[in-house]
Amino acid sequence: MAGHNKRIPTQHVVGFVLSIALTLLATWAALGSNLSTMWIISGIMILAVIQAGIQLFMFMHVVEFESQNGHVPWNMMFHGAVLAAIIVAGSLFTMSFGFTHNHDGDHQHEQHENDGQEQHDNGEHEGH
Amino acid sequence: MQLDEFFVTGEPLIYAGMVSIVLVSAAILFILTYFKKWGWLWREWLTTVDHKKIGIMYILSALAMLFRGGADALMMRTQLAFPNMNFLNAQHYDEIFTTHGTVMIIFMAMPFLIGLMNVIVPLQIGARDVAFPYLNALSFWSFLFGAMLFNISFVIGGSPDAGWTSYTPLAGAAMSPGPGQNFYLMGLQLSGIGTLATGVNFMVTILKMRAPGMKMFQMPIFTWSTLITSFIIVFAFPILTVALALMTLDRVFGAQFFTLTGEGMPMMWANLFWMWGHPEVYIVILPAFGIFSEVISTFARKQLFGYKAMVWAIILIAGLSFLVWVHHFFTMGAGAFVNSVFSISTMLIAVPTGVKIFNWLGTLYKSRINNTVAMMWSLAFIPSFVLGGITGVMLGMASADYQFHNSYFLVAHFHYVLIAGTVFACFSGLVFWYPKMFGHKLNETLGKWSFWFFVIGFHVCFFPQYFAGLDGMPRRVFTIIPEWMPLNIISTVGAFGMGIGFAIFIFTVVYSYRYSEREKTGDSWGDGRTLEWATPTPVPFYNFATVPHVNSQDVYMSLKEEGKTTFEEDELEPIHMPSNTGQPFIMMAFLFIASFGVVFEWMWMAIAGLAAGIVMMIIRSFDYDEGFHVEVDEIKRTERSTRGL
Repeated sequence: MAGHNKRIPTQHVVGFVLSIALTLLATWAALGSNLSTMWIISGIMILAVIQAGIQLFMFMHVVEFESQNGHVPWNMMFHGAVLAAIIVAGSLFTMSFGFTHNHDGDHQHEQHENDGQEQHDNGEHEGH
Repeated sequence: MQLDEFFVTGEPLIYAGMVSIVLVSAAILFILTYFKKWGWLWREWLTTVDHKKIGIMYILSALAMLFRGGADALMMRTQLAFPNMNFLNAQHYDEIFTTHGTVMIIFMAMPFLIGLMNVIVPLQIGARDVAFPYLNALSFWSFLFGAMLFNISFVIGGSPDAGWTSYTPLAGAAMSPGPGQNFYLMGLQLSGIGTLATGVNFMVTILKMRAPGMKMFQMPIFTWSTLITSFIIVFAFPILTVALALMTLDRVFGAQFFTLTGEGMPMMWANLFWMWGHPEVYIVILPAFGIFSEVISTFARKQLFGYKAMVWAIILIAGLSFLVWVHHFFTMGAGAFVNSVFSISTMLIAVPTGVKIFNWLGTLYKSRINNTVAMMWSLAFIPSFVLGGITGVMLGMASADYQFHNSYFLVAHFHYVLIAGTVFACFSGLVFWYPKMFGHKLNETLGKWSFWFFVIGFHVCFFPQYFAGLDGMPRRVFTIIPEWMPLNIISTVGAFGMGIGFAIFIFTVVYSYRYSEREKTGDSWGDGRTLEWATPTPVPFYNFATVPHVNSQDVYMSLKEEGKTTFEEDELEPIHMPSNTGQPFIMMAFLFIASFGVVFEWMWMAIAGLAAGIVMMIIRSFDYDEGFHVEVDEIKRTERSTRGL
C-alpha cells in the first residue's frame, strides 16, 4: 500500500537501470576485457562502492528524514556494517589463520594441530 | 531424458510413496470437486492476506512436514534397530537422514514458529494486520512452493544425500551428479525468499504498528522474541542466499567456488553455511523461549519474573549467535587460537540462557500452577532443555569436541535442544493459542496422553544416544556394531513412543473439532494477560474494533481492572483493511516452475518461469489497490454477535 499518487517511480527506475548497468560492466571487466588483474580487481571494487551507494540512496531510505519525521537509519547501517565486518574478517580469520595457503610447493602447516581434515591448502585467496 | 531417469525407480518404499501421493491427491481433488469447494479454497485461503489465516496455513503445512520428517526418523530408527534386515540400503539411508534434517529445520520448525508469530504477534501489539499483508502472503507461498519442490525430490529425480549441511566437496557436481542436490539448493533458495520477507515484515510491524502508548519495554515477551528473531533473520539469511547461489553456480554453470579443482575452497561452504546456520538455530529457539515465557506466566498466574533481564538475555543471545559459528567445525584444523576464541564465545551463550532458565524458575516460585496441557509442555521443557544445554557446553570445549565431533553424542545434544526447545514450544504454543485460532480448545485428557507418550518417548529415544556417542558410534551410519545394539534398540522404542504421541495429538485435533465446547469469551483460559485475549473469539478479520491505549506491561490485566474492552462503541471509526489478492500465489507458482527448471538444468523452463515471475512483479508495481473500509455498522454487527451482546 505504498504511494498514494499514481506517478512513475523515476528514482527507483533510474536506480534499477544503473545497478544493472554496473553489474554488466563488472561482468565485462572480469570476462571480456584485456585489463590486468590489478586493474580488474580495483575496478570492480570501485563499481561495488558505487553500487552500494545507489542501493542506499535510491532504494534504502537513507534520505528519508527529508520527507518524514524519521531519521537517518544509522542504527541499522551500523549493524549492517558490523555484520559485514564479521563475515569478511571472520572468514579470513577462520579460513586462513593457522594455514599457509601456499601453492608454490611445500604444503606445510604452521601448526601441528592441523592434523588433516578434508581441508588442506586448496586455495590461495578468500574472496572469489 | 528417459522417463525412468525422471522418476525414481527400484525402491519398494518409494513406489509405496508414489502410490500414496497419487491416492491422497486424487482424494483431495475429488473432495474439493464433489463438495464444490474450489471457489471457497481460492477466495478464503489461496488469496487471503489475513495474518491469522496465513498463520493457520503455516501451522498446517508445518504439521504435515512434521509428519514427513517424523516418518523419515522412524524409518532410520527401524534400520538401526534391525541393521541386518536390509530395510534401507546405504544410499536410501543417506537420502533419508538428509531430508529428515532439512525438512525438520527449514520446513517444520521455522514455519511452525512463523505461523504462531503470524497469528499472535499482531494481536499482541494491537495491530489489525502485519505491516505488509501482500508480502506476508508472498512469504507463505514461497515457503510452501519451496517445501513442495524439496519434497517431490524423493519420487522425481532422487533426494539429496549429502546431509542437511550439504558439505562440499561431497555435495559438489563432481561427487553428487544429478538433480538431487539441486533440489536442496533451489528448495531452500525459494523458501528463503519468504523467510527473509517475513523477517522484514515483522520487524516493521513490531516497530511501527504497536497500539498507541505501548513502549518497547511494555511489549509481551513473545513479541520481543519475534522482533529479535526478525533481526537475526534479516542479518543471517542473506548469507545463506549467497552461499546457495554460489553452489548453484558451481553445480549448474561449472563455477569453482567450492570445488577441489580450480582453486575452489570446499571448507568455505562450511564456513558460510554455519555463519547462517548458527544464527538459524537461534531463529528457531528464541521464539520458543518467548512462547514458554507467555505460557509459564499465564498458568503460574504471575507477572513474568525478571522481564527486563529476559529481554536483554534475548538480545545478548542474538548478538552472540553471530560470533560462534566455528564451533560446528572445530575439527577443520584452523588451529588452537581460532578454536579457543570460538570456544569461549560459545560458552558465553550459556550465561544469558542460564539467566532465562532462572527467570522461568523465579516465575514458577511460590505460584499457584494451573496444570494445563500447554503448561505441562512448558514445564517439561525446562529440565529437558537444561540437559541439552549442558551437553552443549561440553561440545563447546574445542579440545573435547575432537572426541564428540560427528558422534551420536552430538546427535543427542541437538535433538535435546531442538525437540525439548522448539518442538515442545510448538506444541505448547499451539495448545495455548488453539482456542484463539479455531474457536474451541483441544481435549485436555487426550492432550495429556499425547504429552506423556511424546515426552517419555523423547527421553527414551535420545538419552541413550549420548552413551552410544561416548561408545564411539558415529552419526550418519546405516549399520552398527553389536556393542551399540542395546542402546539403539531402546532408542528406537522411544522414537515409536514419540510417533504414538504425535498420532494421539492429531487424533485430539479431530476429536476436539467434533466434541469440544465452543468458546464463548475471548479469554479462553481465564488468566490471559496480554492483548490477544482481549479480542473476541472467533477473532474478527479486523482484529480490534477499537485499539486500546496501552500504559502497562500486561495490557489485558489492566483492561480487565478498568472494565474496558476492545469494543468501545462510542469510539468506532471505519477500519481500513487490505484487499485479498491471488498475485502472490501465482507469482510463486511461476518461480516454482523456474526453480524446477534449474533443478533439472532445463534452462528454457528456468528462463520462462523467471520471466513470468518478473511479469508478475511488474504487474504488482502498477497495482494501485488501496484496500477497502469496514463501515461502523458492520463492525457493530460483527462485534455484537461474537461478544454475545
